[in-house]
Amino acid sequence: MSEPAPKAAADLERFPVGEMIGTVVENTAVNDGYNHLVLDAPRGAATAKAGQFFHLLCPPTGEHTPFLRRPMSIYRIDRGQGRLEFLYKIVGGGTKALATLKAGDGLNIFGPLGVGFTLEDGWKHVLMVARGVGLATLAPLAELAAERDVRVTAILSARSPEFMMSEEYLRSVGAKVITVNDADGTSNVDDVERTVRGIVEAEGVDLLATCGSNRLLLMLQCLAREYGIAGQVALEQLMGCGIGMCFVCVLPFRTPDGLAYRRVCKDGPVFPIEEALSW
Amino acid sequence: MVDMSVQIGRVSLANPVMPGSGTFGEGLDDVMDLNRLGAIVAKTITPEPREGSPLPRVVEYKDAFLGAIGIPNKGPEHFVREIASFYRQFSPPFVASISAPTVEAFGKIAADVSKPGIDILEINISCPNLEKDGKAFAMDPDATEKAIRRITECTDLPVWAKLSPNAGDAPTVAQAAEAGGAEALTVANAMVGMAIDAEAMRPRLGNITGGMTGPATKPVILFMAYQVARSVSIPVIGCGGISTAEDAIEYMLAGASAIQAGTVNFIHPAAMLDIIDGMEAYCRRKGIERVSDLTGALDDDEGMKLEQLAKSA
Repeated sequence: MSEPAPKAAADLERFPVGEMIGTVVENTAVNDGYNHLVLDAPRGAATAKAGQFFHLLCPPTGEHTPFLRRPMSIYRIDRGQGRLEFLYKIVGGGTKALATLKAGDGLNIFGPLGVGFTLEDGWKHVLMVARGVGLATLAPLAELAAERDVRVTAILSARSPEFMMSEEYLRSVGAKVITVNDADGTSNVDDVERTVRGIVEAEGVDLLATCGSNRLLLMLQCLAREYGIAGQVALEQLMGCGIGMCFVCVLPFRTPDGLAYRRVCKDGPVFPIEEALSW
Repeated sequence: MVDMSVQIGRVSLANPVMPGSGTFGEGLDDVMDLNRLGAIVAKTITPEPREGSPLPRVVEYKDAFLGAIGIPNKGPEHFVREIASFYRQFSPPFVASISAPTVEAFGKIAADVSKPGIDILEINISCPNLEKDGKAFAMDPDATEKAIRRITECTDLPVWAKLSPNAGDAPTVAQAAEAGGAEALTVANAMVGMAIDAEAMRPRLGNITGGMTGPATKPVILFMAYQVARSVSIPVIGCGGISTAEDAIEYMLAGASAIQAGTVNFIHPAAMLDIIDGMEAYCRRKGIERVSDLTGALDDDEGMKLEQLAKSA
């Protein structure tokens, strides 16, 4: 089967979502198991919002031939240079195929897709709590907050200090960063909860945002309810189409009518924290 | 200038390309001009709302999709009020896809959705028939004819019956649907299959069985379309593994009057526009004035057998 050429409509206002070829600027290992992919993709960078994702057509390799696209949350939207950045963990056939891309290669991407983070007028302080690959997903929220003069505190949790890949980037956009890790025992949920309570009580927080850990999600759900603070969680799920047609990527959520499936791709991937059952 | 229009029973389409049911959604309005499509086909609805199958819902292969989605939908009232009214802003005919567990329920849902804004009913008869031990309507000529007849009694809209590739004798089921009053036949739905995780000793789909779609199904369903087109006098709409204009043209040559592109929409969301453009370019290159002239234009004289070759030598 010959691949049809991507047909992205020229009118970005009317057709903001499209299939496009991004050119790989770099695709390098940042640490054990994680890669940093930078794509030259001006059309995508122009329309993407914090918390949205792109659906990547991973190239066939000798070993893997992914049929469906792979959803990937955006790590950084660089509108100035027309670039999109992704931070991904190499786990299955799709990401293994992705890791073979070299600078100058083309990558077929579709997006931007999904409902991203919402910052309401009047909010002054966002507290982000992220773990592992969830750090990448929350990074654009920090940049969005910085653009709106909203203060950001980020608690980054990882297995060991060398996994703190987003720390420098978050500091560069003005976030106050607190790192915790399993190696020195600072990342257990009770300690993180104490830290969150301290920040909420001392400084006031308007939004709790999280990604990457079920235990952190459950802890933050309780605190959001207790303190009456808004919360948003970015979720991941195996996807088909990425645009709400196939209903493959549903997860159960608490809704006013009881438990119901919602599509992570179209109704999310960012959901109100109280509606999520698990990360 | 190629005339791209086709006639499907009472309905004239601007071109022969439409989405397969369940592979289309309002999200595509952000991707492309939906007015360029020959028709818009909605996801199947059932008399009662459904949440759909347990997870996981998909297994992927090199060029196929095995899905068990379970027809999640919010029922006919929501469909008419929200979904059909959204699509009224677009010019292509809007096709509702309906399914039901009994002949009576088929008639009722057909009546319930025969409302302004809905132009055609496509009947998903691949669902279990509760009156025949759960055997799918589409596996059974008698059940197919009864369901289609009841539906045509309950609606004035054109009725298209969507057949199943799992039926042993496709022409007989096709003739039954025609006898019941179908104006066209969609050939075909997904092929039933399953997948097993040997390590876990578990099925890979939450529903255990699913429907296989995608390019790998094309040879099987292309033959079914060919076979069915020769056994009925109503139009056939080809649907099975169509990803490119070439695939679509193959179905037309086999006897289809229009085509549905399905799983490809999950991978290349604007593929239907490429298919339309590619079919038009093919006709221009071949000097074919009307795309409808492709229907059944296959030269299917068999190749010469060795004995004949020996005689003529």
